[in-house]
Amino acid sequence: MITPYFVIIPLLAAFVIPFVSRRRDTGAVLLSLAAAAALLGLSAYAFFGLSGETLVYRMSAWKLPIGINLVLDAFTSFMLIMVSLVALTSLMYSVKYMRRFGRDWRYYSLFMILVAGMNGVIVTGDLFNLFVFMEIALFAALALVAYGGRAHEFEASFKYAVMASISASFILLAIAIVYSATSTLGLATISQAFSRQSPLLVLWVGGLFMAGFGLKAAAMPFHAWLPDAHSSAPSPISAMLSGVLIKTLGVYVLIRLFYNVMGAPPLFLNIFLGLGSVSILAGVVLAVGQWDIKRLLAYHSISQIGYILLAMGLNTTLGMAGAVFHMINHAVFKSLLFYNAGALETALGTRDLREMGNVAKLLPVTARTSMVASLSISGIPPFNGFFSKLIIIVAAVQAGHPVLALVAVVGSLLTLASFMKVQRYGLRGGRPVEKLVGKVDGWMKTAMIILAVLCLVTSLLIVPGIREVTLDPIVKVIMDKTAYATAVLGK
Amino acid sequence: MTLYILCFALFLVGLYGILTKRDLVKIILSSGIMGYAGNLMIVLFGYRRGAIYPILEKGKEAAAMVDPLPQALVLTSIVIELGVTALLAALSIRLFQKYRTYDITKIRKLSG
Amino acid sequence: MDSKPGMTIIIKTVVRIIVGLIFLYGFYIILHGHLSPGGGFGGGVVLALGLLSVLLAYGRDDALKWLRLGLVRNLENAGPLLFLGIGLIGMVWGGAFLANVLSKGKLFALLSSGIILPLNIVIGVKVGLSLFLVVLALAEFDLNEGADE
Repeated sequence: MITPYFVIIPLLAAFVIPFVSRRRDTGAVLLSLAAAAALLGLSAYAFFGLSGETLVYRMSAWKLPIGINLVLDAFTSFMLIMVSLVALTSLMYSVKYMRRFGRDWRYYSLFMILVAGMNGVIVTGDLFNLFVFMEIALFAALALVAYGGRAHEFEASFKYAVMASISASFILLAIAIVYSATSTLGLATISQAFSRQSPLLVLWVGGLFMAGFGLKAAAMPFHAWLPDAHSSAPSPISAMLSGVLIKTLGVYVLIRLFYNVMGAPPLFLNIFLGLGSVSILAGVVLAVGQWDIKRLLAYHSISQIGYILLAMGLNTTLGMAGAVFHMINHAVFKSLLFYNAGALETALGTRDLREMGNVAKLLPVTARTSMVASLSISGIPPFNGFFSKLIIIVAAVQAGHPVLALVAVVGSLLTLASFMKVQRYGLRGGRPVEKLVGKVDGWMKTAMIILAVLCLVTSLLIVPGIREVTLDPIVKVIMDKTAYATAVLGK
Repeated sequence: MTLYILCFALFLVGLYGILTKRDLVKIILSSGIMGYAGNLMIVLFGYRRGAIYPILEKGKEAAAMVDPLPQALVLTSIVIELGVTALLAALSIRLFQKYRTYDITKIRKLSG
Repeated sequence: MDSKPGMTIIIKTVVRIIVGLIFLYGFYIILHGHLSPGGGFGGGVVLALGLLSVLLAYGRDDALKWLRLGLVRNLENAGPLLFLGIGLIGMVWGGAFLANVLSKGKLFALLSSGIILPLNIVIGVKVGLSLFLVVLALAEFDLNEGADE
């Protein structure tokens, strides 16, 4: 019953905002904060109130296979919690951060459309509906990347737009082939018809989907748009893009398509293993030599998504638990790192690590949360990065790929090296800094402290009592593979 | 069968254009060609042999019709690509304002 | 460039006569969306073309004097809100979002097939005004300003 509200609430907020704010943007800020808080409350209620069953909502009261379904199960509500959490902290951060671009309500409207598009991708159970919501989120992301109006932002946005339109064409071709073979578009009915198809068709469709959605997830051969787009965007938008957009449009759709619809064909899972391990190494090697702090963080996003793809390709319960756990960990600590980079840029006026100095005394909140986030991403106990990387490495060894476990360990060590570089130059560097160019505001500090506390709290998800309530239902939904179809069609 | 192969060849022509052309406007046009080839493929997959258009008119009886669902999908897809093309055109105007050229080998402030 | 904005007097006179016919044709396509090809998107594009022909024939200042930009922007913002409103009415009275609450009527009549007709009208108005505003905004960019930054 509550399933369509996840898309209706942000769309309503996005279209009412132009009416309530003429010259000052206070109405826009209040409305968008209220909408994001409402979404967080609804998704928490959905996750803890469901206890493992699948809800199906029929749009326009048409039945399958004619109508469009919205499906709410454990994996869906987990992703919804992740999206609304990062969206709420990002809105809190951007209240004062966006004042430098003037008091404009258009940013909040575009932000709400981005959240609506991502929620639509997560909730839908129909293939073409997924494509439409993906394009909606893409428009909003393109406009937000180019929001500042400087030269390099337009270039980054153009590159992102061209590569995203190539991937959309690939996905459209794959949808055409799937429709011609199965004569239906709902994910559940496709998965039931897929077991009877020829292997050549599965090869074509899987390859096209992997190319299309792999580009959205920034897997290795398709990663070229990510460093430019995520480093040129304003910091709260970088946190949204890197924290949730590549996971929603890329990893979530890949898991749904390759596990629940196609039933985990082994050829594609081996390709995921290869893509994942190449992404880990290449992302972290390219990141060590960067001096621009946001570009370094963007390359690390590629590397961490490589971890998730590696765990996806293992086809074991432990591996999938590691992938899901790493998704929420990465959302939390990568957003915190981008907020810190934005705070450093506001306070010091530069993004180059060589020009920053010793600011540990002047910006205490930024320095301490940055230390928390750097320890999390490098995998140091007791922060959450350690536990999720440990699960992934153990799962790789158990599944019989010790070389990939070694790759994951090497990637983790190089991540530690590059973040020690960030800490040394960016925050405790040699040159003393006396005065700051700008002020880090109370809203920004609150957002950073919330995420730093969550870095510690999410490591509790591994404790066996809590894990049965939170992580296990999600892994069960994914690893049940095509039982998804019978669960949806039985309602 | 030859229709499908020709449609796929059109898709490859659009892909070739995006990958090799240096002018911003030609890249936008090539992405348009690629999108239209994808739409054409969807409509082609809905064809049934010997059937007529899927509209029920007054006075005619219901004969065998082609599949109308791909035509609805293509309508949505055309509008989405219109939006993307408008966005790309606005971005290329702003790029010309900042960089004074339409050549993408010269628009390279970001590197590394 | 030109001393007077807009085009010659022949084009201005012809546009003044034809623009009503273009709007009529666009509304015809929108209203008959459930009976013949077209519907919201196609009719909306024709409406946008009608507005754009006025813009091209008369130049920007005269066209904006005639068109009242504030009203156009308000109508365009109200479009999606009306769409969501119809969907929510479906939710309250029909059981699901965008459920059919109006009657399906007789075959081939104009007022038939449920809520498709109001949805087509809303989509057509919104698409037409949006395309017109997009082209207006693109035309306001001056290619020679805003050098290196």
